[in-house]
Amino acid sequence: MNVVETRGLGKRFCDTWALRECTLSIPAEHVVALVGPNGAGKTTLLNLAVGLTAPSAGHLTVLGGETPGSPVALDGVAYVAQDVALYKNFSAVDLLHLTRNLNRQFDTALAESRLVELGVPLKRKVGRLSGGQQAQLALTLALARRPRLLLLDEPMAMLDPVARHDFMATVMTAVADDGVSVVLSSHVLAELERVADYLVLVSNGSVQVAGEVDDLLASHRVLTGPAAEADRAITSHIVHARRGEAQAHLLVRSSADDPVPSGWQAHPVGLEELALAYMRESGNAELSSSGSARENGPTEVATWRR
Amino acid sequence: MATMTIVSRPPENEGMAPLPWRRMAWVTWRQHRAALFGVGAFLGLVSLYLVISGLHLHHVYSAAVACRPAVSLTCNDLVSSFNSSGDFLSSGLVLQVVPVLIGAFVGAPLLAREMETGTFRFAFTQGFGRGRFALAKLVSLAVAVTAAAGVFSVLTSWYYQPYFLAVNERLGLSETTPFAPGLFDLREVTLAAWTLVAFAIGALAGMLIRRVVPAIVATLVAYAGLAIAAGSVFRAHYLAPLVTRKLNVTALDWTLNQRWTTRGGRSVSQSVISQVLQAGDPQLAGKGGVPQSLSVWRYLVGHGYTQWTTYQPTSRFWPFQLIEGSWLLALSVILIAVTVWLVRGRLT
Repeated sequence: MNVVETRGLGKRFCDTWALRECTLSIPAEHVVALVGPNGAGKTTLLNLAVGLTAPSAGHLTVLGGETPGSPVALDGVAYVAQDVALYKNFSAVDLLHLTRNLNRQFDTALAESRLVELGVPLKRKVGRLSGGQQAQLALTLALARRPRLLLLDEPMAMLDPVARHDFMATVMTAVADDGVSVVLSSHVLAELERVADYLVLVSNGSVQVAGEVDDLLASHRVLTGPAAEADRAITSHIVHARRGEAQAHLLVRSSADDPVPSGWQAHPVGLEELALAYMRESGNAELSSSGSARENGPTEVATWRR
Repeated sequence: MATMTIVSRPPENEGMAPLPWRRMAWVTWRQHRAALFGVGAFLGLVSLYLVISGLHLHHVYSAAVACRPAVSLTCNDLVSSFNSSGDFLSSGLVLQVVPVLIGAFVGAPLLAREMETGTFRFAFTQGFGRGRFALAKLVSLAVAVTAAAGVFSVLTSWYYQPYFLAVNERLGLSETTPFAPGLFDLREVTLAAWTLVAFAIGALAGMLIRRVVPAIVATLVAYAGLAIAAGSVFRAHYLAPLVTRKLNVTALDWTLNQRWTTRGGRSVSQSVISQVLQAGDPQLAGKGGVPQSLSVWRYLVGHGYTQWTTYQPTSRFWPFQLIEGSWLLALSVILIAVTVWLVRGRLT
């Protein structure tokens, strides 16, 4: 089952496309890092997935074919919005009661014990909680609904490092315990690198890369060699090139088994380096299942699987 | 095979009956209790003043009516005491703000606050569904404010009663038509209906504008426009007005206009009438040349003129109340339906 599946998805605000021609399949039971610069279309994609906004073009389904916003989708998808959109004049107890009333399933006992464990005061108004406590409260409310898909939009933007660590620990516990699928968006890949096993890279309103992290790392490497020979020697698809006077550093799509041209050295690539390269080259180089990105138009992307 | 397929469907897909409406009771109460307390306190204070002022008014009125002999100095004092005791409430214009204040301050923030603070992203993604979430709140709060206004209108109806009695004219007590702008919509059915429509305007303005304060301002403006249009244009046409050439129209009826015609049926302007009176008997012309009294009317009729009065008889008060109440109710239902439709469809 694909927890999120899109086909030719587009969203236009007035004259600008926030997202266009987005075709994507995110399989279940992954922790997905949805990464891209600010304004890339991450929030738009999540809003579409949770039904807060309707597509201008194309289709999107969640939980294996459900329309976002339908009763089944609302039931199975929990969403934590960017700046923790909780009622500021409600206490945690009020919010537990509210969320329990508004959902088919709600594990009050679990939520309460988790909040107590995290040291979130239950009687204090949300507005007087710290940023970390608010984020934890929002996450706890979402998890207590026992969702099959958890969407988190920039959940850690306002958190200090300790709060970030605690927040991710809560997410990973839920993944381990309940097998919930998670999509986390961030403009900082570093904070997701340790936890995400699936990467969706969005830039300029289109998906640049989508695939399992291990597959992506295994199929890219950095080649270093004489700049003058770069064009002649390198036959693999070049994602991003950094050319100096003498030396060129090329991020190429090729597996570790491919032969290295003489005079060149190959290095494995890190996830962040890979993501940065694609973001820099967005609009110039896309990864497509066909292997020839340009042919399919500048924004056509398919799920990348080896 | 078919059985297998059905059995193997995930359990979440079965029995997806919508969550029961009663789940919204606590949610609505918790989110809007402050607004409801505010309405209660506001109406309570105004009611307190109306009760104190109204008891005095009714007391003076019954004393003036019961006074015998009617021509005595004591009775005269009582009559003028009643005529001057209405203070600022007597025209009803001050109390006009009651429905719109309730409507604007409960209705406008209902969705505007969710949109302005971003909490709609939490509320609208819960399992209850945003359309039903909005509908449940809109309907229950609409009923609450309408009921509160309905109770309050019992008090206003009682307060203004002495002004609408037929006996006043004979006794020289001040009287007014129950259709008077400012009074008609404060009584019986209409006060509740205007409160409801103010609430519905507020809710829609909030959803369109998505910010609390501008939505409140827009509600006040839109409501004022609608109330003025209703009072000065629509209301006179709820039923076709009656026309009479006799003097059977009392101060309790709603006189829409009066004109004089000649024997031939041509309209005669007010200045021609004044000239006729001046020429005939200067005594009749009165101050400023405005003919006023019964003798003026007799003189002009005797000289071949006819006075035509277009009016709504006071007996039409209840039909008019029901007509105004009905179209306001229909308008409110439409506004609330549009609001829910906007919540379901257009968000970001």
